[in-house]
Amino acid sequence: MAEPLLEVKDLKVHFPTDDGIVKAVDGISFTVQPGETLGVVGESGSGKSVGFLTVMGLITRQQAQIEGEILFQGQDLVTMPGDEMRTVRGEKISMIFQDPMTSLHPYYKVGDQIAEAVRTHQKVSKREAHEQAVEMLRRVGIPRPDDRADQYPHEFSGGMRQRAMIAMALSLNPDLLIADEPTTALDVTVQAQILDLLDRLKEEFNAAVIIITHDLGVVAEHCDHIQVMYAGKIVEAGDRRDIYYNAHHPYTWGLLRSIPRLDEAAVDKERLVPIQGLPPSLIFVPQGCAFNPRCPHVFERCRTEVPELLPADGHHASRCHLSLADKERIFHEEVMART
Amino acid sequence: MGRYLIRRTLFMILVLFIVSLITFIIFVKLPAADPARRAVGRATSPENVEAARHAFGLDRPLYVQYARFAKGLVPWPGLFLNEDVYFSYANFVPVKEEIFGRLPVTLALAIGAATLWLLIGIPIGIISAVRRRSIWDRGAMIFALIGVSAPVFWLAYLFLYIFWFKLEWAPPSGIPIGTSVMEAVLQGRFILPWMVLSLTFAAFYARMVRGNLIETMGEDYIRTARAKGLSEKRVIYRHGLRAALTPVVTMFGLDLAGLLGGAFITETVFNLPGVGQYAVNAIFNQDFPSVMGVTIFGAFFIALANLLVDVAYAFLDPRVRYT
Repeated sequence: MAEPLLEVKDLKVHFPTDDGIVKAVDGISFTVQPGETLGVVGESGSGKSVGFLTVMGLITRQQAQIEGEILFQGQDLVTMPGDEMRTVRGEKISMIFQDPMTSLHPYYKVGDQIAEAVRTHQKVSKREAHEQAVEMLRRVGIPRPDDRADQYPHEFSGGMRQRAMIAMALSLNPDLLIADEPTTALDVTVQAQILDLLDRLKEEFNAAVIIITHDLGVVAEHCDHIQVMYAGKIVEAGDRRDIYYNAHHPYTWGLLRSIPRLDEAAVDKERLVPIQGLPPSLIFVPQGCAFNPRCPHVFERCRTEVPELLPADGHHASRCHLSLADKERIFHEEVMART
Repeated sequence: MGRYLIRRTLFMILVLFIVSLITFIIFVKLPAADPARRAVGRATSPENVEAARHAFGLDRPLYVQYARFAKGLVPWPGLFLNEDVYFSYANFVPVKEEIFGRLPVTLALAIGAATLWLLIGIPIGIISAVRRRSIWDRGAMIFALIGVSAPVFWLAYLFLYIFWFKLEWAPPSGIPIGTSVMEAVLQGRFILPWMVLSLTFAAFYARMVRGNLIETMGEDYIRTARAKGLSEKRVIYRHGLRAALTPVVTMFGLDLAGLLGGAFITETVFNLPGVGQYAVNAIFNQDFPSVMGVTIFGAFFIALANLLVDVAYAFLDPRVRYT
């Protein structure tokens, strides 16, 4: 296998607070290959955003205790000095955020904000940077990009703003694009457009993409690999088929059962099945498996022993004490039957 | 924009009209001594009192009296603060002469202090916000607390005592007879008043800038700016400050306008014959024409500053539009 683009090894991000240490990310390891799309799924507070803000270098060792390694193209980003990190950030790894309404600066023109990104990393004239910005706006499907570049963010709709954010993120042709809940704040009709756009641009720019979301339904058709996070840990990881057709973790089952369906088969079935309870506090994580208080299949061992992330086959892995036979049986009886 | 300005100007006139009306009503209703009686002195005849009352126009119906004052507020040569109505009941000096004679002093005081407090307050606020919880921040906030709490009259005497009397670093304040305001400024006679007047504002502005900047630095678009790989300096100065300083413009406009109506305490302690002193003396003497003139004068600056600030906002914040 070629050298992975991004290799995260046992990353821990802990925030010391007055109430105790918040273990936002508690030992996650994964790799991203060049050109691949990885989906990261989890509830609010599962550590998914914090983990990737750390990869971006936007959470620093001044704010949190960071352990582990983040190898990007072979270089460790955790120990990389700030100014060097700045050349990686924006140029090689870029990021788009959840709320396009607040992510663009309200006082600067959209074209200027994109041109600023270009000029930060490339030695080009103002005019060239502006032309690049217009070109990027055109490529993300914004009509009349010449005029639009001279408008302010408040003159854009939500979907258009997210397109502009994507234009900004891709303007330097990064190797990795991290999309943190890119569609959460958008209308449903616009969500699909944005995800399709990401798919298309990924091919055009030959970039790897990480899509962070709380909605397993969103990433279904867009990701090669999916990892499910819970309480700062990866609880299940595998390729798309593994997760949708053979999930092994009760939490993933819960997520799958809460995807609404409108087709024939689902109509006469009962309501959506929510996961009971609330996500745990990241200061006092439950003993044993963090999911045990909410798990319908909990047994004695779950309350005392932390399960390891064990691969069932090549790379489909889950963090659960149930036997493989039980996992497959329960998945087919309870989850597949419903969804 | 044009329509907006016209509407706002009409509104401003309405405000000034209401202010003048209220001022007049207070004067009429307040159980003050009869100005005519005060003017003629203790030993006099009823005829003299009547004559004075007639001269002041106080024998006319109230609405006529108000109309005479109101006419003098129309900013038109010949009408504005005309000397038939707007003269002091105490010493018969025209109000116009007093206000415009004192305006340079007040202007020099206000503009100098405003420059100083911006130069002190804004940088302190920025340093405080950027190096939050550092020794700089703590020091700056202690300075701000002292500045906000220290009474101006106390500070004024303290500064005079230390810098003029003891150390002799600064000249005494006050404007000697025969010295123009400009000469007094050049002689450094405004240095202590500027310092005292600006300190309170500087402290207040430092806190405001710090608060605004800290809040702005938590915004999503700051995270975006960092994600672009911009240097921290650029993130703070270009993206953070741009948003954090906009509300400061509003405050500044109003504060400066307020000072143009006079800074009475500073003027009094430092013996500067400014508009504030005049206003307070007029009130104590129940000298109605002077009170009316100086009140409208102050209200005009405040109303004008409000308008200018709102117009400035259209240029500072692209989201603001006037229709």
